[in-house]
Amino acid sequence: MPWVTRGLRNGVLTTRYPKRPDGYGANWRGAVSVRPDGAGRPPVTDGLCPTGAIRPGATPHGLAGGPVGGPVLDRGKCILCGRCVAERPDVFSFDSSAEVAALTRPGLVVPPTEESEAALATVRAELSRRVAALRKSVHVRHVDAGSDGSEEWEVAALLGPVYDVHRLGVFFTASPRHADLLLVTGAGCTGMAGPLLTTYEAMPDPRVVMAVGTDAISGGIVRSGDTGPGGVGEIVPVDVWVPGSPPSPFSVLHGILLAVGLLPAKRGPA
Amino acid sequence: MTNHVPGTGQARAAGDDLWDETEVGVGEFAATVISGLGGTAERPTGGRFAGLFGSARTDGTVWLRAAIARLGRLEVVSCLVPPAPPGGQAAYRGLTPDVPGAAWYERELADMFGLVPEGHQRVDPLVLPRDAQTPPPRPGSAGPRAEIVPDESALPAHVTGEGVFTLPYGPVRSGVFESVQYLIETPGEDIPHVRARVYHKHRGTERRFEGMTPADGVLLAERVEGVASVAHALAFCQALEAVASGPGGGERAMVPEGALLVRALHAELERIANHLDSVLRHTEAAGQAVANARLGWHKERVMRLRSQLCGHRFGRGVVVPGGVSGPPALAPSAALDELMGLDADVVSDTRHLMATSSFVDRLRGTGVITPEVAARRGALGPVGRASGLEEDLRTYRPYAAYGLIEVPEHRYRGSGDALARQLVRLEEVRGSFQICRSALESLAGRPANGPWAVAVAPADGTAWGWAEAPQGELLYMVETEGGRLRRVKPRSASFHNLSLFPEAFGGDIFTDFAFIEASFGLSIAGVAG
Repeated sequence: MPWVTRGLRNGVLTTRYPKRPDGYGANWRGAVSVRPDGAGRPPVTDGLCPTGAIRPGATPHGLAGGPVGGPVLDRGKCILCGRCVAERPDVFSFDSSAEVAALTRPGLVVPPTEESEAALATVRAELSRRVAALRKSVHVRHVDAGSDGSEEWEVAALLGPVYDVHRLGVFFTASPRHADLLLVTGAGCTGMAGPLLTTYEAMPDPRVVMAVGTDAISGGIVRSGDTGPGGVGEIVPVDVWVPGSPPSPFSVLHGILLAVGLLPAKRGPA
Repeated sequence: MTNHVPGTGQARAAGDDLWDETEVGVGEFAATVISGLGGTAERPTGGRFAGLFGSARTDGTVWLRAAIARLGRLEVVSCLVPPAPPGGQAAYRGLTPDVPGAAWYERELADMFGLVPEGHQRVDPLVLPRDAQTPPPRPGSAGPRAEIVPDESALPAHVTGEGVFTLPYGPVRSGVFESVQYLIETPGEDIPHVRARVYHKHRGTERRFEGMTPADGVLLAERVEGVASVAHALAFCQALEAVASGPGGGERAMVPEGALLVRALHAELERIANHLDSVLRHTEAAGQAVANARLGWHKERVMRLRSQLCGHRFGRGVVVPGGVSGPPALAPSAALDELMGLDADVVSDTRHLMATSSFVDRLRGTGVITPEVAARRGALGPVGRASGLEEDLRTYRPYAAYGLIEVPEHRYRGSGDALARQLVRLEEVRGSFQICRSALESLAGRPANGPWAVAVAPADGTAWGWAEAPQGELLYMVETEGGRLRRVKPRSASFHNLSLFPEAFGGDIFTDFAFIEASFGLSIAGVAG
C-alpha cells in the first residue's frame, strides 16, 4: 500500500479539543486537590510531601472552599507522585482534568484564596490586552532550560496527528524573531539562564512566556530543599504556569490556548 | 574494605553474586583496571570498561571506582585518592591513555571532584566548567551545596586546519529538542570534527540524592533521564534491593514475581516508545510526512497504553523499592488487545518505511561506527549492537522478569551505520512486544491483591544496580548510610554513547547531522547530570 492510501487508512485521528471535551484529556490525573470537608479529620503531618508542596495547617481565614487551618497544596511544587493521595485519601484527591494551567503563580495554590482570585482578574485583563493580536495565529519558540527530557516529548506530541495544533493556528518556529510565545521547560539551571534570556530578548513584543512543567515552575524534586535551580520564573517573566511532571500534551495545549485567550468562553477561567 | 565505607563487608556478601569489589592502592589502580579489561589465564575474554565513579568524603579523600562489565557480573576496582597536598591538586594515574572510553569519565571527575588524571591528554571541562576560584561540588562529601554558575571562559577554543571554522549549533536549537551545543568544525559542507557541550543543562541531580530516603530517591531517579524513567527507577531500586531485606538489611530482597513481571512490562513499553521516538526523528528529518504522522500516532498509543496501565505516561510511580506500587490498572486482556493491534500497525508501517528507498538512502552508509571503534570504546545499547556487539543486560546480567520470560535473541548483525541502528531498534521493538505479551499473559492469571512489594531496609555500604535502558546499559552506584542515601551516581548509556558521537562523522556532511543524532537516540538530561 503506498503512503498516500496508508495515510487515509484510519480516518481522522485528531482530537476535537478544545471545541469538544476529549475523553482521554478529561480523565487525566492532572492535579491534586485538597478536599473541602475537613471536620474532625486529623491534621496532616509535616514531611508528607517529597517536594514540600504541602504546608499543613496553613489555610488562613477567608478561604473559598477550604477549612480554616487545613493544609495548603502548591501545585507548582507538586510532582504528582500521589503519595499524599495514597496516605491521606481523606484530605487529598486527584483531579480528573488536564486543564491545570494558571495565569498567576499563587493561582496554583489550592484551596484558592479570595485575594488570589481578585489578583487573577487584573492579570487576565492585562494579558488579554497584550495578546489581542495573536488570536488568529501564534508562533511558539520552545527552550529547554534544564528539563529531564520528558517535557520535550509531550510538547513535540502537539505537532503529531492526535493533537495537531496547526488546526488551531499554533505553529512552532525556529527563530525567536518570529515567535510570540516562549514555551520554557526545565528547572532553569544556571547554564541555560544566558541562552534563555537571549532568546527572550530576541522576541518582538507582544510576547508571552509559558513555564511548562513543575520543574519549570519551581524546580520540582530537582530543587529538593534549599538548593538547585528553582524554576524559570527567576530568569524570565512568566505569564502562564502549567504544572505537571511532565504535563500531558492536553495540559500544554490548554496552557497555550489560555495564554492567547483562545479557550471557548463556556470553559471559564482556569 | 576499610572503615571509610561502613558496613561494606556485609553488603558485599549479599551482592556477591552480582558484583565484586577489589580495593587497591591509588598507585596500582590504573594497572589493575587495565589488566582487568584485558584477558587473563583465568578469564580468557576481556571485560568492557563500563564507567568510572567517584564519591567524596569529608576528610578530602575521594573513593574512585572503575566498573568492568563481564558476562553475568560486574567487577569493581576501587581505590582511595588522598586529599590534595597544600597548594596542589589531588591526582591519580589516568586511565584514558590506555582506555579511550574513560576520557569523558575523567573529565567529569575533574569537574565534580577536582581530581587530576595524570597522563590524560586534554582534561577539558565537560559537565561543569568552573573558574579557578570555584571549588568543585565533591558529591558525597556533604559539603556546601551552593549552585555553581558554569564559566564558559574555562573552555578552550581550538580549530584545526586551513579554512576550517567552528559552527556552534545550540544550546537553543531549531525544533523541540533538549538543550545541547554541538561545535561543528567545518570547512563548509563536510564535517571533519564535532564536539558536544553538555554543561548548559547540568542540574546537579547527583547531589540532590544525598540525604534522601530511598522512597524519595526513586522519584528523583525517575527524573534523571525522564524518557527512561522506568529503567532508572529499576536500576536504582535493584541496587537497594541487592543489599536490603529485613530490619537490618544485608540480604537480597525477594521481590514478588508479579512485581517482576510488571517491571518488565513497563520497561519494554518504555523501550518501544523510545525506539519509536528515534524512528520518528528520522522520518521528520527525511520529510516523510505520512510515515511521521503514522508513527507519531503509534507512539501516542504506546504512551496512552502506559498511562492506562499505571496512571502516568512515562511509567513513573510504578517501580518502588521492593517491588511495584500495584497491579496494572487496566485488565491484562484489554491491554493485550491494544498491544496486538499496535504491534500489527507498527510492523506494517515500519516495514513499508524500510522499503521506501528515498528514506533508506538517507541512512545507508551515514554515521558509521566501525566494529573496531565500537569494541574499543564499549558502545552501549542499539549503537553497540548495530556495530556487531552482542551485549544486552537482559540476557547478560538478567534482572526483573527477564529470567522468567524469554528475551528474543538479537539476530541482526549490523554494519554500524544509521541504517543498522534503525534496523536494530525495529528488531528490538518486535522483541519488546513479544515480552510485553508474555508478561501480560502471565499476569492475567494472578490475583490482583498481590503481594506486589516487600519491605526494604538498605544495609549501610555501596551497592550496584543496572538495567538495559532503551539507550543501553544503565548503571547506578548507590551508597547508603543509616537507611538514607549518602551518594548516588547514575551513569546513563547516553553519557557513554555521546562520547562516541564524534567518531560517527567520517565523510558525512551537514544534512546527515540530524540522522546521525537521531540514530544515537540519546537524552541530554542523562548526560549533563
